[in-house]
Amino acid sequence: MSENILEMQNVTTCVNEGTSEEKEILKNISLNVKRGDFITLLGTNGAGKSTLLNVINGSLSPRSGSLKIAGNDVTKLSVVKRARFISQVFQDPKAGTAPRMTVAENLLLAKRRGQKRRLKLRGLNNALPEFSELTKKLPNGLSERLNTFTGDLSGGQRQTLSFLMATMGNPEILLLDEHTAALDPKTSQQLMELTQNTIEEKQLTCIMITHHLKDALKYGNRMIILNDGKIVLDKSGKEKDNLTEDEILKFFTN
Amino acid sequence: MTLIVSAIGQGLIWGLLGIGLFITFRILNFPDMTVEGTFPFGAAVCVSAITHGLGPAEATLLAFFAGLLTGLVTGLLYTKLHIPILLSGILVMTGIYSVNLRVLGKATVGLLHKKTLFSCSFLTSLPENFPSVFVGTAFSVIVIILIALFLNTELGQSLIATGDNEKMALSQGINTNDMKILGLMISNGLIGLCGGIISQNNGYADVNMGIGTIVIGLAAIIIGEVAFGNLSLTVRLIAVVIGSILYRFVLLIVLKLGFGTNDFKLISALVLAICLSLPLFEKKFKTSIILKKGVERP
Repeated sequence: MSENILEMQNVTTCVNEGTSEEKEILKNISLNVKRGDFITLLGTNGAGKSTLLNVINGSLSPRSGSLKIAGNDVTKLSVVKRARFISQVFQDPKAGTAPRMTVAENLLLAKRRGQKRRLKLRGLNNALPEFSELTKKLPNGLSERLNTFTGDLSGGQRQTLSFLMATMGNPEILLLDEHTAALDPKTSQQLMELTQNTIEEKQLTCIMITHHLKDALKYGNRMIILNDGKIVLDKSGKEKDNLTEDEILKFFTN
Repeated sequence: MTLIVSAIGQGLIWGLLGIGLFITFRILNFPDMTVEGTFPFGAAVCVSAITHGLGPAEATLLAFFAGLLTGLVTGLLYTKLHIPILLSGILVMTGIYSVNLRVLGKATVGLLHKKTLFSCSFLTSLPENFPSVFVGTAFSVIVIILIALFLNTELGQSLIATGDNEKMALSQGINTNDMKILGLMISNGLIGLCGGIISQNNGYADVNMGIGTIVIGLAAIIIGEVAFGNLSLTVRLIAVVIGSILYRFVLLIVLKLGFGTNDFKLISALVLAICLSLPLFEKKFKTSIILKKGVERP
């Protein structure tokens, strides 16, 4: 088993390819992520943070470069094929759940993430005890709402559900794209704590985009700052712990 | 009385078309125009099969497969060639017109003195119009049970998720393109089946019998929803069939008011437009509150 769960080699992406508006977003990025890394990813708007996540999850294919997940070359694999390795929580609470399906039905979909869906009864009732156990540990009372349509949940409840769905199958890589940004401060705090605890408990590998410098400093064992499509800072362990807000802010003035 | 029984019978059989359309319009969340080509295709294939000596059961099954095929073509145009769904449907619907003429050999083919689903001795012993009620009920019950079961499978749940939130479905590893093709095939299969049964009930197939069928299907769905509200999926399938029957009653009333059958398409479009705009009126004028008050006041 390779120690690097993710190996990104010389990845370049660009928009409006072949036109006069052509612009490189990620510029020759190479990045290795070790199993168990919890990376906080910072950068100004347009620095390429979301593009980086999109390259990893497969919704964007790079112009050049290659990508390996758990030793497998996935450069050519689609989002659907990569779902076996990767799960993601989006910024928009609406993006991660199916609104006209119940909480339990959504969880059932997530339970089979990346597996083949067969012409076999879904077995919702058998899974209910497991789901109520899973949701009991969560804030904002999801366990009493297993049969509620997710469209009727609050943003915080939906995002908590999205997070549970993303982590319940122990993904090789968990991608968080400002997953607390749309929530009120208290709910956001709760979800961040849940995130921290879950990642620690399950020893997940995670890349988290955030705009909160305090969160970026407080959580994770490694910090990466992107600027103009390049990695301008990559610190882990002790070096990361010793970083201060002022030092980070320097990378944002351009 | 016979008129009412006839309306119920027609409503039950046309309900199959409503259920088919429900799968694309409500579950996958897009309008599929293929319907207008699939319906006469099912009818043409069925009638042609019977006139060529096939049994009515096999002919009806062929009509279902004919529908599966048109759904597959629309699905491939939409997902593989990235043609917008409305246009994909219109292309197939237009193209199939020529195919229908080829299959039938001429514009209209009758089934006089041929054996159909409706000519078994049990059905012919029933009073007038009851055969279609019997056949319609049998098919509706079977189709609703099968579709409800399917929607509760892993595959069915993936289909629902695809229509509900495609981004989420993709990130869960669901191949949403395959699901769209599958949904279009099942939907059009049922519509082809409906065309086959209707042609046997009418005793003929006509290349123009598809015109306006999408409105009939949508009317069944919308009237069912207006009448019964938002319910669980299985109950909503039943509501579509009941909506289809209610729609026939509306046509019956229109006929009694002195309009001719030639006015049906205009009336159908009006009924659908009114039903579709009900939510807006509800919001603007709080009609349900006004109605309630009207009832409460002596």
